[in-house]
Amino acid sequence: MLGYTITQWLFGILSFLAIMFALMVVFSRNPVNSVLYLVMTFFCMAGHYLLLNAQFLAIVHIVVYAGAIMVLFLFVIMLMNLNQDTEPQRTWLTKIIAGVAGGLLLFVLVGSLKGTEQLQLQSYGASQIGLVKNLGKVLFKDFLFPFEIASILLLAALVGSIMIGKKDIK
Amino acid sequence: MINGISINYYLLLSTVLFIIGAVGVMARRNSIIIFMCIELMLNAVNLLLVSFSTLHHDAAGQVFVFFIMAVAAAEVAVGLAILSMIYRNVKSIDTDLLSNLKN
Amino acid sequence: MIKLIALVPLFPLLGFLINGFFGKKISKGLSGSIAAVAILASFIVSVLAFIELQGSHQKENVINVFSWINSGMLKIPFEFLFDSLSSLFLLIITGIGFLIHVYSIGYMHEDEGFSRFFTYLNLFVFFMLLLVLGNNYLITFVGWEGVGLCSYLLIGFWFKNTAYNNAAKKAFIMNRIGDLGFLLGIILIFTTFGSISYTEVFDKAGTASTGTISAIALLLFIGAMGKSAQLPLYTWLPDAMAGPTPVSALIHAATMVTAGIFMVVRSNVFYSMSELASQTVAVVGVLTALFAATIGLLQNDIKKILAYSTVSQLGLMFLGLGVGAFSSSVFHVTTHAFFKALLFLGAGSVIHAMGGEQDIRKMGGLSGKIKITFITMLLGTIAISGIPPFSGFFSKDEILAHTYEHSKILWLLGMIASMLTVFYMFRMLFIVFFGKFRGTHAQEHHLHESPPSMTFPLVVLAALSVIGGVLGLPEFWGLPNWMHHNLDEVIKIKNPSLLSHETEWTLMGLAVASAAAVFFFAYTLYMKHKVLPVEKEEQLKKWQKLIYNKYYVDEIYDMLIRKPLDAISTAFYKFFDLQIVDGMVNGVGILVKSIGSVVRLAQQGNIGFYVISMVMGIVFIVLLTFLMK
Repeated sequence: MLGYTITQWLFGILSFLAIMFALMVVFSRNPVNSVLYLVMTFFCMAGHYLLLNAQFLAIVHIVVYAGAIMVLFLFVIMLMNLNQDTEPQRTWLTKIIAGVAGGLLLFVLVGSLKGTEQLQLQSYGASQIGLVKNLGKVLFKDFLFPFEIASILLLAALVGSIMIGKKDIK
Repeated sequence: MINGISINYYLLLSTVLFIIGAVGVMARRNSIIIFMCIELMLNAVNLLLVSFSTLHHDAAGQVFVFFIMAVAAAEVAVGLAILSMIYRNVKSIDTDLLSNLKN
Repeated sequence: MIKLIALVPLFPLLGFLINGFFGKKISKGLSGSIAAVAILASFIVSVLAFIELQGSHQKENVINVFSWINSGMLKIPFEFLFDSLSSLFLLIITGIGFLIHVYSIGYMHEDEGFSRFFTYLNLFVFFMLLLVLGNNYLITFVGWEGVGLCSYLLIGFWFKNTAYNNAAKKAFIMNRIGDLGFLLGIILIFTTFGSISYTEVFDKAGTASTGTISAIALLLFIGAMGKSAQLPLYTWLPDAMAGPTPVSALIHAATMVTAGIFMVVRSNVFYSMSELASQTVAVVGVLTALFAATIGLLQNDIKKILAYSTVSQLGLMFLGLGVGAFSSSVFHVTTHAFFKALLFLGAGSVIHAMGGEQDIRKMGGLSGKIKITFITMLLGTIAISGIPPFSGFFSKDEILAHTYEHSKILWLLGMIASMLTVFYMFRMLFIVFFGKFRGTHAQEHHLHESPPSMTFPLVVLAALSVIGGVLGLPEFWGLPNWMHHNLDEVIKIKNPSLLSHETEWTLMGLAVASAAAVFFFAYTLYMKHKVLPVEKEEQLKKWQKLIYNKYYVDEIYDMLIRKPLDAISTAFYKFFDLQIVDGMVNGVGILVKSIGSVVRLAQQGNIGFYVISMVMGIVFIVLLTFLMK
């Protein structure tokens, strides 16, 4: 319709939503609102993943990020009882500088990407590598070692955060 | 072209999200918000990786994203634990007050 | 054995190393024996080599030890030159050195630093041997400096006493002034002849201009002035008596101070070629002889008397060198080594008997108590006075005869110096050994003869002093002059004596008569009339005071040289060191600090600021990369 395929429409909508929610994350005063907007951003991202047929990653994204990490953030914010009134603000000057810096970076990065050619790889139908079965095969064959190390990393993080968070024993 | 969308658009989207995250880190004083913006930046990169992996039909990109997610999770856990400790000691998570490294 | 001549310096070096590292851990007897045996071994090797040399036709033996400096055009091998001159000096050094080592075992017996003493002694002998054996000026210079160092170490041996340390420093510094001249001389030799080996330089000596030769000779003589205590660099020698008596005997009588004579004799070709230098040497020598002899007339410290006597005798030797009587001077060096070492060791024996007392006013009548010392010292005094047939007579007479040929005035001055020598030496003898004992009761009870380790060397040296004259018997008596023949090929330009026999007999008779006259005068003054040295300085007459205070030379040096130097040094310190140098160093520190305090402001501790900076940095870098393309 309208000269664009359904995929392209979906891409546009999801992108628009993602960017809008991201901006809301940064600019909202209430931290709880920020958290919620971030969750929405993550959902949009999951949508993007599905567009790319990265099914496993989409599911994992929602489960890990939106489900676990954001919940953790929310817990901590609740713990510290932060709300709009106690929110510290930077000076106007700083904000403008931040904006300008970001803008500059955007400008530079986009400018550097301008000269790249549009790659003409044909894809027959949806890619197959994002399926759980295929990804699993790759993960456990070629990347077994990092996989195991990652589990040790998680263990270390677990122990670490408990150790840090403990109260001093008198 | 992935499903008719050229890779440049994914690049652009990813860059914009990344910039928004960077601005958030620079412009906010609340440590937790800063943390969340960092997650945003990570996600932007994830998106880019997945799109390239689909472009090149190489599963390595998606595996990498998988690991990034694992590491991000671990990082958040530890980071928030540290933040809690700081809150317990300083009673605030304002970054301007956490400037013990000054001079 | 000549090939093995390198063993001669090696033994003392080994002795030095053993005593240096293990001296504290081994017993005193062992330590002293090692040192003495080392010198004895060197002596035996020297004797064998000497005999071999006498029998062989090749008089100049160059023995290469190792290739030392080899840098471009500068090639200086470590070579030894063993000829009649160095063989003779080797015998003197090792022979008398050995006797003094044996003496020291007895003399230093009570001392804490016993092994340290022998370490230094062995080191000294090593350096002295290097000095004498070297085949080029550089090895001699190394030995020269080395004996200066050992002299410093040994004079200041009892280092806990500041006055002794000052004396040691004085000796070293005065030596260094002379060494500067010596070094300049060596450099001049090198630039003129392209080499500093004796064998090469002396062969080429005729090729240089007289002016250059004079300059070289004078510069080398400046070195000799410092080392052999001539005017004006002599004041260190009397002060050097602060060291233990064996040190005075070895270093300041028999060996180190003769290094200057050795060097001049070795370089005789330069002095023979340059009238100016020879004249200078002769004049300086005779003036020193006269000057020192006058000071010695009124001294009251037994060692100081002998010190001034040494300076005076050295002056006579230089007089001989200056008039071209090289072999006579070497002869006098040999006989002087015998009787001066004897006198010093004897003085040490007296001091030992007196329990450390050195003032002759406190002594007296010791002849009955310490017989061996008395007899040997008597023999030594007769020898130094030049009374025949003792050794001193022959050597001194030769020098004076040659001087007479050269210049009557110098001869006259030399005669006066000799007469003064007779006077003060016998003064010392009479006051110390005759008359009533003037010391304390405790000292009187303490009086005893020295142990055999000390008297044995005395006896040997006394014998040598008596018969040593046989080495250089006068030719006009029809007797062979061994010394003269021996040194024949060392003296490049011959200067035979042209005096008629009558003149020689007359001179000899005059010398003996004058010596006898002075002896009787001294005898009358000190024995008959029992004149004693005054107790207090105020009782001296004006001219006596002048002499007694060594003509105030030390004070003059202090005023002329030391005070201005001190003033300049202080001025430099106040201005340069404190303001400029310190200012610069402090300035650097202040600069760094100020820059730091400015740069420090960038470190806010605020993470937001850091992130902004990071982002700006990335922007900058990407921009740069872009523009580079």
